[in-house]
Amino acid sequence: MLLTVRALEKSYAGAEGRVPVLRGIDMEVAAGETLALTGESGSGKSTLLHLIGGLDTADAGSIVMNEQDISRLDDTGRAAVRRSNLGIIFQQFNLIPSLDVAANIAFQARLAGMYDADSATGLAQALGLADHLHKFPEQLSGGQQQRVAIARALAAKPSLILADEPTGNLDEATAAEVMAQMLALVTKTGAALVMVTHSPRLAGQMGRQLHLRQGQLA
Amino acid sequence: MHAKAALLAMLLALCMPVAAPAQGFAGMGSEAGGFAVPAPAPEFDFPADHGPHPDYRIEWWYLTANMTGPDGTPYGLQWTLFRSALAPFATTGWDSPQVWLGHAAVTTPKAHYTSERLARGGTGQADVTPAPFEAWIDEWHMRGDTLDAVRLHAAGAQFSYDVSLTAQGPLVFHGQDGYSVKSQQGQASYYYSQPFYALEGTLTLPQGDVPVIGTAWLDREWSSQPLASDQTGWDWFSISFEAGAKLMGFRLRQADGSYYTSGTWIAAEGGTTTLPDGSFDATPLDITDVGGRAVPTRWQVRVPDRAVDITVEAINTQAWMDMAIPYWEGPVRVSGSHNGIGYLEMTGYD
Amino acid sequence: MTAGALSALWSHWRRNPLQLFTLVAGLALATALWSGVQAVNAEARASYDAAAATLGEGQYDQLLPAAGELIPQETFVALRRAGWLVGPVVEGQIAGVRLVGIDPLTAPGGMGPVGDAGIDLPQFLANPPVFANAVTAAKLAGAIDAPVVVVASIAPDTAITDIAVPQRLLGATGKFNRLIIAPNQPIGRPALADVAPALVLRGAQRGSEVGRLTDSFHLNLTAFGLLSFAVGIFIVHGAIGLAFEQRRTMIRTLRALGMPLRRLITLMAAELLFLSLIGGFVGVCLGYLVAASLLPDVAATLKGLYGAQVSGTLQLRPSWWLSGMAISVLGTIIAATGALVSVARMPLLASAQPRAWATARGIARRVQITVSVGLLTLAGLLALLGGGLVMGFALLACLLIGAALALPLVLDIALRLASTSARSVTAQWFWADTRQQLPGLSLALMALLLAMAANVGVSTMVSSFRLTFTGFLDQRLASDLYINTESPAQAAALETFVAPRVSETMPLLSAEVELAGLPAEIYGARIGTTYRANWKFLAAAPQVWDRVADGDAVLVNEQLARRAGLWVGDDLAIAPDHVLPIAGVFGDYGNPIGQAITSEVLFATLHPDVRALRFGLRTQDVAALQTALTEDFGLPETSITDQAQIKAFSLGVFERTFTVTAALNVLTLSVAGFAIFMSLLTLAGMRVPQLAPAWALGMTRARLGQLELIRAIVLASLTALMALPLGLGLAWVLLAVVNVEAFGWQLPMYLFPRDYAVMGLFALAAAALAAAWPAHKLARTPPADLLKVFANAR
Repeated sequence: MLLTVRALEKSYAGAEGRVPVLRGIDMEVAAGETLALTGESGSGKSTLLHLIGGLDTADAGSIVMNEQDISRLDDTGRAAVRRSNLGIIFQQFNLIPSLDVAANIAFQARLAGMYDADSATGLAQALGLADHLHKFPEQLSGGQQQRVAIARALAAKPSLILADEPTGNLDEATAAEVMAQMLALVTKTGAALVMVTHSPRLAGQMGRQLHLRQGQLA
Repeated sequence: MHAKAALLAMLLALCMPVAAPAQGFAGMGSEAGGFAVPAPAPEFDFPADHGPHPDYRIEWWYLTANMTGPDGTPYGLQWTLFRSALAPFATTGWDSPQVWLGHAAVTTPKAHYTSERLARGGTGQADVTPAPFEAWIDEWHMRGDTLDAVRLHAAGAQFSYDVSLTAQGPLVFHGQDGYSVKSQQGQASYYYSQPFYALEGTLTLPQGDVPVIGTAWLDREWSSQPLASDQTGWDWFSISFEAGAKLMGFRLRQADGSYYTSGTWIAAEGGTTTLPDGSFDATPLDITDVGGRAVPTRWQVRVPDRAVDITVEAINTQAWMDMAIPYWEGPVRVSGSHNGIGYLEMTGYD
Repeated sequence: MTAGALSALWSHWRRNPLQLFTLVAGLALATALWSGVQAVNAEARASYDAAAATLGEGQYDQLLPAAGELIPQETFVALRRAGWLVGPVVEGQIAGVRLVGIDPLTAPGGMGPVGDAGIDLPQFLANPPVFANAVTAAKLAGAIDAPVVVVASIAPDTAITDIAVPQRLLGATGKFNRLIIAPNQPIGRPALADVAPALVLRGAQRGSEVGRLTDSFHLNLTAFGLLSFAVGIFIVHGAIGLAFEQRRTMIRTLRALGMPLRRLITLMAAELLFLSLIGGFVGVCLGYLVAASLLPDVAATLKGLYGAQVSGTLQLRPSWWLSGMAISVLGTIIAATGALVSVARMPLLASAQPRAWATARGIARRVQITVSVGLLTLAGLLALLGGGLVMGFALLACLLIGAALALPLVLDIALRLASTSARSVTAQWFWADTRQQLPGLSLALMALLLAMAANVGVSTMVSSFRLTFTGFLDQRLASDLYINTESPAQAAALETFVAPRVSETMPLLSAEVELAGLPAEIYGARIGTTYRANWKFLAAAPQVWDRVADGDAVLVNEQLARRAGLWVGDDLAIAPDHVLPIAGVFGDYGNPIGQAITSEVLFATLHPDVRALRFGLRTQDVAALQTALTEDFGLPETSITDQAQIKAFSLGVFERTFTVTAALNVLTLSVAGFAIFMSLLTLAGMRVPQLAPAWALGMTRARLGQLELIRAIVLASLTALMALPLGLGLAWVLLAVVNVEAFGWQLPMYLFPRDYAVMGLFALAAAALAAAWPAHKLARTPPADLLKVFANAR
């Protein structure tokens, strides 16, 4: 099993004491699987994704990825997991504004020591970015920016891609196009994909769906 | 700087008996500090008495002259040396209590040039010697073997003069044989004049040299308490009539608006008649603005005993002596019952 | 409407107290250093003015006796009786006070005791009082028998009295030190030479040279003040620019709601005026503290270097308050004009998206580069072709502003070069990100550049001056003992007495003359091994000492050479009918007037009346000679000066100068450090979205924090690298252009690499210190804050 989550709990400090966000999550993701996380706003789906991505720490429970419990790692360890095993795609503010497209695509792969120029070029071509490699993020459209983020996430050859509403900022036509390209490439690289979305239509394109309600899987 | 102006003012107040309002030097009229006081019936000792009297508080050698140039233009000149003593003795060196002050002026109908000098006694910068006679401050001098024939020189930044004076008549003594009373309270000075000088010489003015001839009048006076404490200024006239007689008269203005007057009628040959208080009368006719001050520059002068009723008019109304303590001093022309020329000095108008 | 708009505008400051603090603190710092330095200068100048006004001698021509002599009273009387209106002056030292006696009756109108002391003339002449300020009066109490009257406006350590007092106290009855010539003289007086041939006429304005002498010192202070002000204004400009950018949305909304643009601009200007007055007030208070703490050292320096008496206590002057507030308002206007204009020009429907600090791209950047290149070119042209003091200052301004404007470009190029050579991805990202930070930091970095350049420049100038001056003292103070004698007879006796006891006796002979149409001094030197071994020349012909000793040539100081346009090989008339070639030009630092040196023999034929009263003695055994002179020859100890004492004193003076310079160095660097700190702190908020992706992709927050710190240090280092040549350029302009124009001599420029290294480290430390807190904050950013960046609900 690529990812095993057990009894995961997370709460945040609120005005009237701690507010539980995740209340005992158990789930598994197999290699190459595609999974949609759906739920109302505030149901905890983004928090779950952040915990899996090592971007935040859980209060209790375990997250085991490739036989390593990342919930027990410190900041440095989690950063290492992020750069070596994970590709993360956010809704916005994905890219590093000071680097051009080529450098953005290569960034994580080079951090992880997995950079392969040919595969990077291939990804750029597949995503229609070949003509924009020396532009800066601010010079790109929203759809192009997300394509760069996808290329960057895949370039490091991660075993798991985490995506948080990756097309939420895009118009419908562009969103569909970007989503199709992402799914095709994920399938091609054999990575698993966990995507947070509140669009039933997008969720339907995933191999499996999990629905969160008030911090618990339904 | 300001303090120095104040010091000078004080000095001038010491020298000029009527220069400032009476309260400015209240006490000057009283007897003070061991100075000698003039006494009636003086017996003068010449030429020694032409020299300084350091045991008296103040003293002056005061010469005025009426002159004409080749084209008939009237001119006036003034040459004055004052002595003021801070203590009744003289020494050599900078500790000397004797202070000297010189004023010089040339007046034309259109212009009035003045200069002022100060010196401390005891250094040789200023002094008077009786025989041979010399009175000097800096390069200004009046000197000759005797007082009857002297050369006179003074200079300022814009003018100078060199003239010779020759006495044509005797010395004239005012008051009672030279004892001149200055107030009803009895303040007095020793006072005599040489009003009979004939003058010849050169004025140097910005326009060039002017040869002049004319007459001059020297006043010699010394005292220790010349003024009453309530006297605020004076108007002094020296007049030479065409007929040869001369008139000296003054009006001391008092704080209560009344006057003390005195004068001397001098016959052409030198005989004198003292004019007691009230028998000399001077009344302003015209007031002129002189640098913002109201100064009478045309007068009616009457001496009823001598049938004199004349108008005295300034040749240049702007003859202001703009010294640390200012006053008015300039030549006048005389018309009316008698015609003539003369000099007018007015103090206490600033 | 106005109240509503005001509260909306103010809400920004309430929500961004740090920005508000930056703005007010920047204004306060700019005002503080500027007005502090101005206060020190004003206090010093007030003291010079008091010195000049106390006697007012400088404005008059004077008559001086031959060296070492006094003017007899007879000469004074002869001059007066010839129509020369002169006033005598006697002067001497009593209880460390310069006691000056004048004759109030003959002193020219502008001279004399100042202030109305309520003394009348009979009192003044009967028992002459001594006028002095309170401090001096306390020193005189008990030392003199005359009554002392306190007049506050009299210069420090000076007392004025009637001429009789110092004559009596100093035993100079009937003698004067000099005569003052009244400006208005009567016509028709004889030539001076006919009346007093022994006296030398010295022209007006040479009497009080102290103001001119000390100008170079005040110039340094002013340069510091001006640069600090510029640095402070950079801070203010940054704060105002940021605040206005962040309020663009609000401004658009207010206008959309019907607020007229004109009123809005007026309100914002009024708001800034209010803030500038607060900043100015705080600044003047701080400036007072700066001035009060610097003044004692400045006063000691000026006294030691130039003999100028400066009051060591600061007076609060209303004009100073006003000028402090005015400079604060002026600085705000300079800093805010651009921002207000851009608000005025902003179209109502334009995107209200904050541009976040102006990007360095586009037109603004091109204009900046053009202006910078233009200014630097102009600076080059001025250096090559310009002349005159004003040109020197224009050159300084062009150089500094041009370099500051060029800084962002130069840094950008340097960073681009660095990023192309970067191997690792972290390095690549680091350089790229640093380049992106540049626009936001460039104002602070310009401030740092100016501060460092000023430090390098002024330190180089001061250190060069110290090195030159101490070297100069070594050659000038070659004798072991200096002796003052009181009369030619005593001088002759001394020469006989010391002849068997010393290795060399050097009489100090001088006369005031006119050389090449300029007032100057001529010296007669007994040329022996001392001169030959110790003196260094700026330029000299071969066998220079032999030729001078033989009376075949003359030496001149640099001032005379430069002013008269003469150099080695040119001819100089040292007397009406005596022309000699110049064999050497020597440096003569701190001396305002020209000087020529001939042999003792030649001097004696030219000025037979002048007798040496001062001597320099060389000996192996200083102590023995000193004992012999006091015990056997009977010379008072005060007449003997030990060369070591003079040197120690001079070096002590320089230590004071350095204290002042070092204090100002620290202050300006602190201001620049503050600018960096504030810029980084404001940028920190904007940094989160830029750093969040890097963090999400696998860089730890600690690493990001480290890189932030390194970034600040790298930028500071690059700036320091650029500041060094700029500072040296500044020093060169100060030494070789401004100094020559202002004072007539050129100071050789020395380099002090160790000082620069220390200063560079200090600047890096300042930058690191400024960056430490923002970096630390960044490293501790809660992941939640970083995640917010990606939150969908944005």
